[in-house]
Amino acid sequence: MSFLLGRSPDRSPPRAALTHTGSRTTRILGAGVLVGVVGLGLCAFIFSPPDSRPGPEAGTRIGQFDVVRLMYVHVPAAIWTYVALGTCAAASAVYLWRRSTWWDSLAHACAEIGVVLCAVTLLTGMIWGRPVWGTWWEWGDVRLVTTLVLFLAYAGYLALRSVPAAPEARARRAAILGLGGAVLIPIVNRSVEWWENRTLHQQSTLEELRIEDLTLFTLVLGIFVMGLLVLWLVVHRFRLAWLEAEAESAGLQAALAERRAEAAEPVAAGAGEDGAGEGSAGP
Amino acid sequence: MREVLLVAAKDLRIELRSRVLLYQVAPFAVATLVLLGFALDADRSALRNFSPGLFWVAVLLTALLAAQRSVAVEHAGRAADALLLSATSPARIFAGKALALAAQLAALEALLGVAIVVLYDARVEHFGLAVASAAAATVGIAAAGTLYGVLAAPLGVRETLLPVLLLPVFAPVLIGATRAFGDALGTAAVNGWAWFGLLGLFALVYAVFGALAYGPLLEAET
Repeated sequence: MSFLLGRSPDRSPPRAALTHTGSRTTRILGAGVLVGVVGLGLCAFIFSPPDSRPGPEAGTRIGQFDVVRLMYVHVPAAIWTYVALGTCAAASAVYLWRRSTWWDSLAHACAEIGVVLCAVTLLTGMIWGRPVWGTWWEWGDVRLVTTLVLFLAYAGYLALRSVPAAPEARARRAAILGLGGAVLIPIVNRSVEWWENRTLHQQSTLEELRIEDLTLFTLVLGIFVMGLLVLWLVVHRFRLAWLEAEAESAGLQAALAERRAEAAEPVAAGAGEDGAGEGSAGP
Repeated sequence: MREVLLVAAKDLRIELRSRVLLYQVAPFAVATLVLLGFALDADRSALRNFSPGLFWVAVLLTALLAAQRSVAVEHAGRAADALLLSATSPARIFAGKALALAAQLAALEALLGVAIVVLYDARVEHFGLAVASAAAATVGIAAAGTLYGVLAAPLGVRETLLPVLLLPVFAPVLIGATRAFGDALGTAAVNGWAWFGLLGLFALVYAVFGALAYGPLLEAET
């Protein structure tokens, strides 16, 4: 990751980050993402068939039909949500150990991208659920409720990060919150599972869905393309976080220099006055 | 242990002298139960069936106020600095403050317990389960409240930030305690002791995590 994000912890920031967030590597990565998105769009909307199979009665068809195409965004977004927020928690833990801005910036970048992906997962899930399950929201579904709590917990993380504070204190608070969010998830998952002990995900999709070759290929392509997109976004957000930290530090240094100059001025003026006084008190 | 009790006694003494808990937090808790009763159209059977959930919603909302109050007393006049200078370890300060908060919450839960019996016609069928699950939930709420309270304390927006941070954390407590109370009050056919186990796990995880994380948080504040 360091060749993408910058140098290893506790060293000077990446040179590219001094003026902008792009570099040759990210431009190549961005071009790859664009090509991947176009390919995914073609596979998802044109080449892959709708989910349709013969029904129990002659002449009828059952399935998810065109709604299944949402799966190519929903499933990759869900997978990468967990990866991004898991990375945030891991980077938070390492920050508490190493106390390096590098890890703090990585945790911040992953949390922001993770929350956006989590929102995409929830929204696409709800849009999918309405025609397939007949409801926008199902309280008994473990994954659904756990994902919502995860979203709320990390939205709180971003809210904390947005409050102005000393950089070191803010990073430490955010690291503990990032880690606390990860601690929460297995407990929420367990509690919701005991609560209803059922999940519509398995009943209505994975067990019933017959994944055709092209459907499976499109799904795997979606996971791969979403992974590239997440990596591209995290790299840029990381470099932006680094730039913010640099700008904050530069602003502080400038303010300190200004105050020092202000403090020095009256002394110089006073010395001048004293000198004049001495001069006038001379012969 | 002595230092833990000293910190807890200090917090409880402040509450006894200021009477914020008695004059502000307790009326808020009862008012919440009354408003929830109005929200359910004052239907007695519905209120009785939903009394476990309504009770714990009221407790959690009240816990937000109590947690804010717990850290506000340390933040005023930089009392937290004096605590750190006393050379008491952060883990013991955390344990003392969580203990004091748990004691306050227990008093409020007793009040709310009487209130749901009177207002919602709730009937306790398994008293031991009710007390045990309330104790486990209270320790968990107090541990999480103390930890997240100090996290938001030095920030100017703590009144709005703390609920955003704490309410998702309270989600498993609400689920577990509601189900355990459902068994204890005879409104749900579930194994309440299994839910007591989940509440105990939550309390243990947040007590350990809080004791470990409290030191770095106090350092960040000073």
